[in-house]
Amino acid sequence: MYDFAYHKPASIADAVALLAGDPEARPLAGGQTLIPVLKQRLNKPSKLIDLSGLGLNRISVSGNALSIGAMTPHATVANSADVQRAIPALAKLAGGIGDNQVRNRGTIGGSLANNDPAACYPAAVLGLGATVVTNKRRIAADDFFQGMFTTALEPGEIITEVVFPLPVEKAAYMKFAQPASRFALVGVFVAKGPAGVRVAVTGAGQNGVFRQREMEAALTARFAPDAIANIKTPPDQLNSDIHGSAEYRSHLITVMAKRAVAAAA
Amino acid sequence: MGFEGIGAAVKRKEDARFLAGRGNYVDDINRPGQVYAYIKRSDRPHARLKGIDTRKAAAAPGVLAVYTGADLAADGVGGLPCGWQIHNKDGSPMAEPPHPVLAVGKVRHVGDPVAVVIAETKQQAKDAAELLEIDYEDLPGVAASTDAIKPGAPLVHDDVPGNICYDWHIGDKAAVDAAFARAKHVVKLELTNNRLVPNAMEPRAAIGECDVTGNYTLYTTSQNPHVIRLLMGAFVLHIPEHQLRVIAPDVGGGFGSKIYHYAEEAIVTWAAGKLRRPVKWTAERSESFISDAQGRDHVTTAEMALDEQGNFLALRVSTLANMGAYLSTFATSIPTYLYATLLAGVYKTPAIYAEVKAVFTNTVPVDAYRGAGRPEAAYLLERLVDVIAHDLGFDRIELRRKNFIPPDAFPYQTPVALQYDSGNYQVTLEKALQAADFAGFEERRRQARARGKLRGIGVSTYLEACGIAPSAVAGALGARAGLYEVANVRVNPTGDVTVFTGAHSHGQGHETTFAQVVAERLGISIAQVDVVHGDTGRIPFGMGTYGSRSLAVGGSAIVKALDKIIAKGKRIAAHLLEASVDDIEFKDGKFTVAGTDKSKTFAEIALTAYVPHNYPIEELEPGLEETAFYDPKNFTFPGGCHVCEVEIDIETGTPKVVNFVAVDDIGRVINPMIVEGQVHGGVAQGIGQALLEHAVYDSQGQLLSGSYMDYVMPRADNLPSIHVGTESTLCTHNPLGVKGVGEVGAIGSPPAVINAIVDALRDYGVRHIDMPATAEKIWSIIQAHQPRMAAE
Repeated sequence: MYDFAYHKPASIADAVALLAGDPEARPLAGGQTLIPVLKQRLNKPSKLIDLSGLGLNRISVSGNALSIGAMTPHATVANSADVQRAIPALAKLAGGIGDNQVRNRGTIGGSLANNDPAACYPAAVLGLGATVVTNKRRIAADDFFQGMFTTALEPGEIITEVVFPLPVEKAAYMKFAQPASRFALVGVFVAKGPAGVRVAVTGAGQNGVFRQREMEAALTARFAPDAIANIKTPPDQLNSDIHGSAEYRSHLITVMAKRAVAAAA
Repeated sequence: MGFEGIGAAVKRKEDARFLAGRGNYVDDINRPGQVYAYIKRSDRPHARLKGIDTRKAAAAPGVLAVYTGADLAADGVGGLPCGWQIHNKDGSPMAEPPHPVLAVGKVRHVGDPVAVVIAETKQQAKDAAELLEIDYEDLPGVAASTDAIKPGAPLVHDDVPGNICYDWHIGDKAAVDAAFARAKHVVKLELTNNRLVPNAMEPRAAIGECDVTGNYTLYTTSQNPHVIRLLMGAFVLHIPEHQLRVIAPDVGGGFGSKIYHYAEEAIVTWAAGKLRRPVKWTAERSESFISDAQGRDHVTTAEMALDEQGNFLALRVSTLANMGAYLSTFATSIPTYLYATLLAGVYKTPAIYAEVKAVFTNTVPVDAYRGAGRPEAAYLLERLVDVIAHDLGFDRIELRRKNFIPPDAFPYQTPVALQYDSGNYQVTLEKALQAADFAGFEERRRQARARGKLRGIGVSTYLEACGIAPSAVAGALGARAGLYEVANVRVNPTGDVTVFTGAHSHGQGHETTFAQVVAERLGISIAQVDVVHGDTGRIPFGMGTYGSRSLAVGGSAIVKALDKIIAKGKRIAAHLLEASVDDIEFKDGKFTVAGTDKSKTFAEIALTAYVPHNYPIEELEPGLEETAFYDPKNFTFPGGCHVCEVEIDIETGTPKVVNFVAVDDIGRVINPMIVEGQVHGGVAQGIGQALLEHAVYDSQGQLLSGSYMDYVMPRADNLPSIHVGTESTLCTHNPLGVKGVGEVGAIGSPPAVINAIVDALRDYGVRHIDMPATAEKIWSIIQAHQPRMAAE
């Protein structure tokens, strides 16, 4: 990797100030994407602003919301009794990301800010109608994800926490893993809760995570696997690569959605 | 001490250091004054190299030198040699285009080394390499062997027409044609053997060093340091062998990929001589993907002629073998003498004819990878037998039994050069079928179907030839090296033993297995035996480890040396015990006068040899150290039966191996635990090839699966618990009766897996599926045949 300066601010204000003064500075969360990219010399930041000193590793449940701090590692989410009680599907999803090392370093905020089109968390955040809270504002999940590796975040804006509305009546995530990376070739998060019935698909879309609204309508009418068995997602909007054609991904969306509904019901 | 000799499952001695993280690998070694090489590689598959401006890079901080192909050529550095010459059908020699250490004129594959930057730190070398200005003129590339032979295809080497390295054949074509003409049935199968990336856990690394007197040392990740010394010293750098020491210390896996002499070894050694500083290079994993010789990559048409009863009459095979851009050290021998000679397999097919075209493409060179030619042959045969059974309605087990070489037919001369010394294929088949509960399978299939799964079972009855190789035979077939092995057994004055072996351990456990052989023979404990390998400065000139040869050839050399030790010990004992040497018996570590209680221990004899006060000095030299070279009389022929059971998720096509049984006849077993580990590893790689692994290139030669994000290595959750059984029909021609176990797992398993997949899909009208059998491929087959299922 190229040389860079390293900063570990103790407050969000300091972090924002460091980022604001330098367009080449990059925030560092768990580093599970950024560090490999740096090692391959594909990115040349002037400085890395380590967000691990900002007190953002926390989980709390209030009456109608589960809040997860942006710097909470996947393993913490997976093993949290609060998360397991409030939204067990979310804990399970977190426990299925990457491997042990990734789960103990990677964070929910880092994953969302990166918005990898095959990442798992975006499906949960969109599927549960969560709100992404930053140092500046609250962004609805529907507005947050704006295409592959693209989000509503503005330069210098830092995610502080993610708020999931409760109670979640039913939810499940089903992932068909890409066999090498174990990212989602297709992942479908299905939920019924305060945000209504939602079906969020990751791994498949050319623009990253998306809602399968035809399935949502069918499941709103009747929450059962066979209600969506014949709903196909048009392949022309889906990814195609050496691990799966768009047609295969389209097929897997239906299969994974059915399985998620069955698991959630 | 408990029993530690031949047959004891003792724990591995070397694991004490490996499990504690105390192995000593090349990258762990740092020499005083060491500098670092970074190799700038081509990022394009095929381009004319119009110029390289090195000035900015050379001026960068910390840079000692920047070298290109022109610098090496100016210094008289030779190209990388190919160790095996194949001849065309017409008797002319193969095309053998130059393989420059650093590219000259053209780059021919992604990863082709173009320049080397040497700097005080690795970081500086890498920074400077970004300042190299390389003027490429892109040329159209070609990656698939089937495309490379088309008229008008881009020429990888301008002077190799049609990209054909050789067009070779073996067998009696006329007899095969005649048999086909009178055959009742002919069954044809077209199949590919997918290209694999070897992925040793330890990436390659090398350190070159040159001392004030001009003596060179190369530390390298090699399976055969003497071969590297010979090839690099004699052909590339012209360094006299006595001034070149090659050290291959602990090596973390090879699977064939560390047999070859690679450009980086020559680069660091040569540069160390120029700069008089030790020069170190360590591959990054992404470099391994584009610079380690890859494996397999065959496209084959096979046809079997049969009579009405299903007897095999003749086999006709035509194979395109992808060599990649250059000839790696033993590349040419793999699809010929390690492949086509195996096409009889375990069957008494009376006539066989095979032709192999080896083809240059704009891809990473291809060479031996665990099994090397034999997996390709076994896969072809064992798929073909299942397809014959499918097409003609034979029972696939009965068809095999009917065509097996019977146990009383050994030694058995095949129509493709090899003579098998021993084997009993019926026994391994029966044992494997029993262990796999083959008879109860249909009930398991029914139960799986009720759970929404398609269950299938597949069998392969494979054979391989290893214990490579009788030198005279190899030489007659084009090998440019001998293939014996050597051992020096040094008994120390206090009676412990150091064995210097030409074999090299890079995961095989030689330090334990060889010690067990010595312990058994000398009646000492394995703790008293030290096995030294991997250093041309310490060991005699040996040929190294590949082709499952270490025990069959290297172990035999140790036994021969031990025989000499014991013979000399008897003479010393006869003197001390005042008896005739003919009356001395050696057993359980004691030299005894037959029929008496007069004896001397092995340690007493050793001490006497080195303190020869009371010694027959007129007729016997002092000391107790013997060297033996062993040239095998024949290959060894392990064989056996693998049974695989799979379940397929109908909705997604995902296959899962749910049971795997391997019953291998590997001759005498020295350490059953190590044998089991070898089979586990081989089967894991075989399942990897069958279901997961694939080096995917685009049509021009860009590697699309060039990292672990896209290249699918098998992991624990892809593998079942593997049942390993062994059978010991002894090899008849080596002193231990051993055959070799390093490769059987990777050879026998891929066809068993694919046969199981095809069996699971039997209701879907499929007769063959190419490796890797991915979920999407299987799903496509299921999709295509949905109507037929719906109609049922």
